[in-house]
Amino acid sequence: MSDTGLPPHTFTVTRADLVRYCGASGDFNPIHWSERTATDVGLPGVIAHGMYTMALAGRALTAWAGGSDAVVEFSVRFSRPVPVPDTDEGTEVVVSGTVKEVTEDGLTKISLTATCHGEKVLSLGQAIVRKR
Amino acid sequence: MPLDPSFVGRSWPPSDPYLVGREKIREFARAIGAEDPEYHDPEAARRAGYADVVAPPTFPVVITMSSSRQIIRDPELGLDYSRVVHGDQKFAYERPVVAGDALVCQNFVDEVMQRGGHDFITTRTEVRTESGERVLTAWAKLVQRGEDK
Repeated sequence: MSDTGLPPHTFTVTRADLVRYCGASGDFNPIHWSERTATDVGLPGVIAHGMYTMALAGRALTAWAGGSDAVVEFSVRFSRPVPVPDTDEGTEVVVSGTVKEVTEDGLTKISLTATCHGEKVLSLGQAIVRKR
Repeated sequence: MPLDPSFVGRSWPPSDPYLVGREKIREFARAIGAEDPEYHDPEAARRAGYADVVAPPTFPVVITMSSSRQIIRDPELGLDYSRVVHGDQKFAYERPVVAGDALVCQNFVDEVMQRGGHDFITTRTEVRTESGERVLTAWAKLVQRGEDK
């Protein structure tokens, strides 16, 4: 496994994924399932939970780092919403990362980004991992 | 109306313990598409060095978000939840959460500020086991968007 970074990983996100995440996370904010509510508050339509997008970044991160116990710190900024159309295809989120530093005590600092249609939806993403 | 800045530095009593169930971890892992066996199979998790099925890194939000409602729903804070979006999220881990953990949350307010017509509040939730072992800390920055003029 190369230490140059986390290669781009593409995730498909559909309305069904959001409904499942509502139930699993307990976050039933209607902007994640009701088009009417989402547009009423000025959003382009139903959007993904920020924490769903962060969870996808977490999947890419743990796969790269070797497991949940390799992650020491993990942080993101939700810079833009991820609109999820009511189609079979949904939308796509692309997660990638760049190694910034490997410290003397064996920790790797990595910067992470996630994009949707080429625009950053997660910015200032950072993780510290102890690679296995 | 701006958020009440006197909330900065406040803390709340620790929550009742949340018992992390194997099925809840499996349900969360399935919902985010995490299919690795250590999230689902106790034997595979033990072989990987965990006490039981292990939670994905963002799983703790299930516990910390509901716990921090005691702050954000406090009418004295003045937060209009219909205008709130999630700005930033951070986790710092001592170890991953595993099934069987009984976790207690304690909430703090680290920051309240106003900028560019928007209000910001950063909450910190310290998560420990019932016996006091530190497991993780979660920070959430919420943004209350300015009202349309």
